[in-house]
Amino acid sequence: MRRIHVLVPALLLVAGCSTIGEDSGGGGAPSSDRVVLITHDSFSLPKPLIKKFEDESGYDLVVRGSGDAGVLTNKLVLTKDDPLGDVSFGVDNTFASRALDAGVFAPYDAPLPDGADQYRLPGDDDHDLTPIDNGNVCVNVDDTWFAAHHLAPPRTLDDLVDPAYRDLFVTPGAATSSPGMAFLLTTIAKYGEDGWQDWWATLLANGAKLVDGWSQAYEVDFTQGGGKGDRPIVLSYDSSPAFTVSGGKSSTSALLDTCFRQVEYAGVLAGAQNPKGAEALVDFLLTPEVQAALPESMYVFPVDASVPLPTEWAKFAKQPTDPYAVDPADISAHRDEWLRAWSDVTSR
Amino acid sequence: MLTLSGVSVEYDGAPAVVDASLAVEDGHVLAVLGPSGSGKSTLLRAIAGLEPTAAGSISWDGHDLAGVPTHKRGFALMFQDGQLFGHLTVARNVGYALRLRRTPGAAARVRELLALVGLEGYDDRLPATLSGGERQRVALARSLAVQPRLLLLDEPLSALDAGLRERLALDLRVILRAAGTTALMVTHDQDEAFTVADRLAVMRAGRVVQQGEIAEVWRAPADPETALFLGYARVLEGPPAGVVLRAAGLPGAPAVAVRRSALVVAPTGPLAGTVVSGRITPEQIRLVVDVDGVGEIDAVARLDSRPGAGDRVALAVDASRLAVTPAGR
Amino acid sequence: MTRWSSLSRPLALAALAAVPLAVLGVFFVLPVLGMISEGFWSGGAFDPGAVLEVLGRPRVHRVVWFTVWSALAGTAFSLLLGIPAAHLLHRRSFPGRRLLRAALLVPFVLPTVVVGVAFRELIGEAGPLGFLGLDGSAGAIVAGLVFFNVAVVIRAVGAAWESLDPRPAEAAAALGAGPAHVLRTVTLPMLRPAIVSAASVVFLFCATAFGVVLTLGGLRYSSVETEIYLLTTNLLDLQAAAALSIVQLLAITALLFVTSRLRAVPDPSLARSTARPPRVSRGDWPGVLATALVVVLVGLPIAALVAGSLQVGDGYGLANYRALTTEGSRNALLVPATQALLTSLRTAVDATWMALSLGLLVAVVVTRRSRTRSERRARGVLDGLFMLPLGVSAVTLGFGFLITLDRPPVDFRDSLLLVPIAQALVALPLVVRTLAPVLGGVDDRQRQAAASLGAGPLRTFLTVDLPVVWKPLLAAAGFAFAVSLGEFGATSFLAREDHPTLPIVIFHLIGHPGAMNYGMALAASVLLAATTAAVLLLVERLRVPSVGSF
Repeated sequence: MRRIHVLVPALLLVAGCSTIGEDSGGGGAPSSDRVVLITHDSFSLPKPLIKKFEDESGYDLVVRGSGDAGVLTNKLVLTKDDPLGDVSFGVDNTFASRALDAGVFAPYDAPLPDGADQYRLPGDDDHDLTPIDNGNVCVNVDDTWFAAHHLAPPRTLDDLVDPAYRDLFVTPGAATSSPGMAFLLTTIAKYGEDGWQDWWATLLANGAKLVDGWSQAYEVDFTQGGGKGDRPIVLSYDSSPAFTVSGGKSSTSALLDTCFRQVEYAGVLAGAQNPKGAEALVDFLLTPEVQAALPESMYVFPVDASVPLPTEWAKFAKQPTDPYAVDPADISAHRDEWLRAWSDVTSR
Repeated sequence: MLTLSGVSVEYDGAPAVVDASLAVEDGHVLAVLGPSGSGKSTLLRAIAGLEPTAAGSISWDGHDLAGVPTHKRGFALMFQDGQLFGHLTVARNVGYALRLRRTPGAAARVRELLALVGLEGYDDRLPATLSGGERQRVALARSLAVQPRLLLLDEPLSALDAGLRERLALDLRVILRAAGTTALMVTHDQDEAFTVADRLAVMRAGRVVQQGEIAEVWRAPADPETALFLGYARVLEGPPAGVVLRAAGLPGAPAVAVRRSALVVAPTGPLAGTVVSGRITPEQIRLVVDVDGVGEIDAVARLDSRPGAGDRVALAVDASRLAVTPAGR
Repeated sequence: MTRWSSLSRPLALAALAAVPLAVLGVFFVLPVLGMISEGFWSGGAFDPGAVLEVLGRPRVHRVVWFTVWSALAGTAFSLLLGIPAAHLLHRRSFPGRRLLRAALLVPFVLPTVVVGVAFRELIGEAGPLGFLGLDGSAGAIVAGLVFFNVAVVIRAVGAAWESLDPRPAEAAAALGAGPAHVLRTVTLPMLRPAIVSAASVVFLFCATAFGVVLTLGGLRYSSVETEIYLLTTNLLDLQAAAALSIVQLLAITALLFVTSRLRAVPDPSLARSTARPPRVSRGDWPGVLATALVVVLVGLPIAALVAGSLQVGDGYGLANYRALTTEGSRNALLVPATQALLTSLRTAVDATWMALSLGLLVAVVVTRRSRTRSERRARGVLDGLFMLPLGVSAVTLGFGFLITLDRPPVDFRDSLLLVPIAQALVALPLVVRTLAPVLGGVDDRQRQAAASLGAGPLRTFLTVDLPVVWKPLLAAAGFAFAVSLGEFGATSFLAREDHPTLPIVIFHLIGHPGAMNYGMALAASVLLAATTAAVLLLVERLRVPSVGSF
């Protein structure tokens, strides 16, 4: 019996910790009073902004975010008959065609802010998707390293296969990383269907290193990353130089001739229970307040050209004027084939 | 009163008990005797409700027990190795069933039971600190605590050494009598059965081959195998049986079971034979003699005689140590 | 005439098994079947040919082959290091061995992404061990697998070793057998069930490792698990994913069948030894050596982690730890890391009680003595069934949840409980493997004795089983808690944005630029490791001369 007496407080303690019975995040509210946003795990906005949306629209915002853009897209495709929510944010231009082909989204023609029109998805004539942010995947270099080694930093993709830069480049792989995939698309856009495989073979022969993800490449192998690696050229973003600022100078820069543009879209899900709320959320994402918060919250550039950037971004995060692009329909049609060919080239 | 009629138990289709019918009267102790693998333990488990029966019925005072789970049968079960609850003291083990029933005056009853089995003052000991014999006594006290309508004993003394076993067997008999307990004991040891029980049932190959008063079974084994199991040294058939029976002054029969001590070296004995080998024990000399007209057979001689191998001896037959049995198959 | 007991036994068995089976059915079988059938039904038509065609691809053969040999190597080295270390840590006494035992379990819960970073800081080109040239090699993958799994061997084998009856070994020694001979002819055979169990669990963990293969293999290697991830999340090639999932399930079933055969000897841990372990002596050098190697293998990456977490700019400080109560630089997080830790702990509490109650039921069902061969077979199948969640890709399960649990009566897509349930399924095999040997070791006649004294089934359990299973239950609780704290694969799929667990926050932090976020990720990892070690140490304190093996 003594044991039972020990058990009771223990059980009470355990019960107190349990998540059972906790408010399930607005799950109990009627579906007309809430908007369910399906997004990826990088989604993040300041709380006051979300509060503002809820106050002004009268809807509760429920966020369901997990996985990356690929996982998100596939989730939406697999559940299109019984959508997980009302609206989605985070499908990008490398996955968008798959979602459009599957009929995941319903058309919604949101009024776009200045300069956003250029980010529309080619081929999306019904306006299923609304561009919200953009960012470029670019090769970055450690300028301090090159200065210290009295070597001119590379400027183009061609330079990367120059023996002068042997063993200096690290990039995440296309199969396991979304910037890695973007980089593969860059090379396909640049060297064409017939040339990209040869370029990759030369790149690897020149000592380029492949790792699985962005954090592995940047934080471990890159000389300016957290782990102080030993490779001064890395695949990252056009915004990355804004994060290596010290003493009013950035120690890194992005090579603007090596960039591939990624655009993230929002869209109303076909079969949404609260389409009005979904539209309200898309509009909300285009408001100047949200657009201005994007760089700090999600490390991306706003599509609204009139919104001011944070100081360090304005100074150090230069965007390319004419990044490489591949037609989304082509990506959708050839992704499998390209990835297989890429795996064959790189794993030999 | 416990009644079994036509009970069969099967393991995976293989029969373990076949068509067993038995009865135990209130206040009696029945020993089920059989070699290992004879199905006697299975029979006991079936009575306890631990094995399903394939046919037949087990009933108590005329009420069929089918559908009554073990813990509601009111039969206590005592195992060979006691199966005391290791984390409970002696007193709590003994009082276990009393606590289950919230019986008033449990403490006094526990003391009374411990006294009955001769373990006064052991209340707070843990089972691990007890000897094998003490553990069995505790197990017995635990089983008797709620005065079960039937006590089932599964080889209760087999795990103990010889001297202790003999003493405890006697105690067990006294305790069961004193408590007026109806009991069914399973054992492979005929001495144990003879000491504790009133009645005997012999099992072999899943069947009850013989049952009755102990002396009766002893006197007239149902067949040669039973005779051998009950401790008879040999079963003679045909002419040798006739020779021995005649020497004992009994009428002829097709077969006779002979105990080791039935043939005694005696100068005036009617049989004659040649000593094959001999061995001295504290009580007597045990011989194997090639008896004329019988063949090799066991015999005994007094300690003061010294028959050696090859000696011719005369032998007398003790009729009380013979049992006429039906012929073997 | 119907015999009550011949019917009621299977009925009682079914009733006890019903709850765990229902949970497994809804939260595992249904989602996995859902995903696999997506592969078979392409474009609305049943097309098994496409799935079979996948199995013929040379790439699939390469992937399967790599998975098998790397997992075998990982298991072999884990055993090689773990068994001697188990002897030292569980049969010898020295100061601090409890602490060491708890510390060695820490890798078990560390998110692979963090361990990958820590490992690579060590063995990478610029790292202190860079000269070994391990980075991006199969050797690094195997080392990573051993890093994560050696503790499982130590714990499982050590627990069995601790409670092994020393007398047969003493008898052999008295007959003139030297220590090596005693080990080979007496001790190891007696430990076989524990070793086989541990090996099978470790093999499953190795064969389904995900982050380790990606991070340490430098993309040159693909395992079945990484391939399924790629096929499902990137290519949406559900036919190929279904084919590989089936390969996984078949392989695991075969493995479970083989190990259940090898394990099928009476568990020797019944005769408990209560003797105090002796001090370390010269003859213990293999154990000391193995333990030292394990400590180095486990310690170095963790040390690198701690050092990294303390690095602030060019100096050292606690700024990264102080930042854990914030939402990261530039609002990298929706919730502070400390709140995520709280979520992790609360989730772990739920996952633990779920895993324990289900595991206890399963363990009770599979260890009750079987009367017939078919009953025994049914229990064996049940035992194996609950091991399966270890061997199925979290991606398959995660997507499966979404497409199958979407309508009443199984509308769970929104439930906060989905995460602890998924984690409980992952921890369940460990719980069952910890409890089953102990319950199986209880003499059934104890239960019969209790029943014959008038105790009903529940009372019998309380009297006979609970006192024996009490301590292993606590040990299993620690295990389940740790598994839940560290689980990433399924959790990352199911956790809700507003309720992230600590591993998810760590993943988040490390995936975003900014030196502060990197430092915070490391600090959060150290926090996770420390929390885990504390929980396990607590469990360690509750353990008596131990029972329980996998």
